[in-house]
Amino acid sequence: MIEIKGLNKAFGEKRILKDISVTIKEGELFSVIGPSGIGKSTFIKCLIRLLRPDSGQIIVDGQDIASTRSEFTLAKVRRSFGYLFQEGALFDSLTVLENVAFGLKYLTDIPKSDFPKIVKAKLALVGLKDVEHLKPSELSVGMKKRVSLARSIAAEPKYILYDEPTTGLDPVTTGMVKDLITDMRAKLGITSVVVTHDMKLALDISSRVAMLSKGEFVEVSEPDKFRLSANAEVREFMRISHLSRVKQNQND
Amino acid sequence: MKHPITEGIGRSFIDLTQALGAAALMLKSVFFWFFRSKLEVRETVKQCVSIGVDSVTVTALTSFFTGMVLSLQTGNSSKNLFNEPLYIGTMVAFTMLKELGPVLTSIVVAGRAGAVVTAEIGTMAVTEQIDALYTLGTNPTRYLLVPRYIAFMVMLPLLTVLADFLGILGGALVGVVRLGIPTSVFMNDIYTYVEIGDFMHGFLKTFAFAFMIATVSCYKGMNTKGGAEGVGKATTEAVVASMVLVMVIDYFISAVLVAVGI
Repeated sequence: MIEIKGLNKAFGEKRILKDISVTIKEGELFSVIGPSGIGKSTFIKCLIRLLRPDSGQIIVDGQDIASTRSEFTLAKVRRSFGYLFQEGALFDSLTVLENVAFGLKYLTDIPKSDFPKIVKAKLALVGLKDVEHLKPSELSVGMKKRVSLARSIAAEPKYILYDEPTTGLDPVTTGMVKDLITDMRAKLGITSVVVTHDMKLALDISSRVAMLSKGEFVEVSEPDKFRLSANAEVREFMRISHLSRVKQNQND
Repeated sequence: MKHPITEGIGRSFIDLTQALGAAALMLKSVFFWFFRSKLEVRETVKQCVSIGVDSVTVTALTSFFTGMVLSLQTGNSSKNLFNEPLYIGTMVAFTMLKELGPVLTSIVVAGRAGAVVTAEIGTMAVTEQIDALYTLGTNPTRYLLVPRYIAFMVMLPLLTVLADFLGILGGALVGVVRLGIPTSVFMNDIYTYVEIGDFMHGFLKTFAFAFMIATVSCYKGMNTKGGAEGVGKATTEAVVASMVLVMVIDYFISAVLVAVGI
């Protein structure tokens, strides 16, 4: 369980997150939506302490990581997390095999000889095969994202954080990634946090959706209730998302 | 009331102080992970090849031709003054061992390997690969910086020894072939007047240069922001800062070494 209490984060004068409090329960698929540049990635990066919050608590399985200075405590807590980066963040100098096995080497005690077998299985889980010896520069955007997802689940984390998982993907790959996210939860019981500006994705896959606006969660509810929200900002964002989707469909 | 000039000076001073503080914290982290974690052998060897082995050709050419031109110029000047080239071997050896060997090698390594290190780490920083290291159970200092520090500290002194040797060899070639100095005389000038302390004077300096180049390159890389443009800017700044600092540090270390008699 991840408990967030009074989370604040500012960059200079600009306050990005204002006193955010929310609890993400075990096995939940929690989505944070909002327009680009609103602070969704800042929120998700604070959860794993890639960014240090200015104040507040982030309690992961009873351990507050918001204020700790211990590298070892942070490393221990980060072991429970997988993270899918927006652009994949694959290591350019390593092959797909080495990228996916990276976490296995540092996060687990699995013998090195088992890595190829595990990597193959994880790649199969994300619909890829025979790409182990390719470098990231030889992969398409969609393949990079899938390899990145395979890397983030390789060490079988308890939590996965998805940063804009469908951005830049074609509709087919978007559908595939969507299925993968729901599968990860269904098959592996992984607690997931998704940040996205894709309203449809959030409403389709989440158990709860939060809308981030001006540094605050203006609505946190289940998708069915979220659709009926009376909050003006939520309604406006839903309207724009709907129009944009209609336009996209017309173009397609 | 704020004045643009004083505000600019104040801002620059604050930026410099922040940069020095951040660099000090980075160094603390490098020492922490150097002593507290298992060495990344594969990455360290890879960096030794990238920083050292890949710099051999350019270092060899630079030092060899520097030795040649040193011999040619001092030989001709000596001929003009004394009608014969005197103590050319001594002159070339002293200059190469004490100054040109270490300084030229450091500048070559700062320009070639330092730029590679900054660009590589900078690209990783702007594409979230550094963040990815944290999420995959590795500290970037341990995985990226410690191997690069070790590679600079090991390879720069070795390259300097090579540069010293090739510089003197180049000087000897011109001395013997162009200036007509007998090989035995050239070598005797070196053996008679050059001591191990002269070699150590230059050799010891390279450790300080290596440490400084590693710090500047890694710091600039880790703090890169702003996409591809930011990587280019950080790389240029790292190379310029390293080259200037090599010259500045060289004077102060030389002064200290001279004072203690090395």
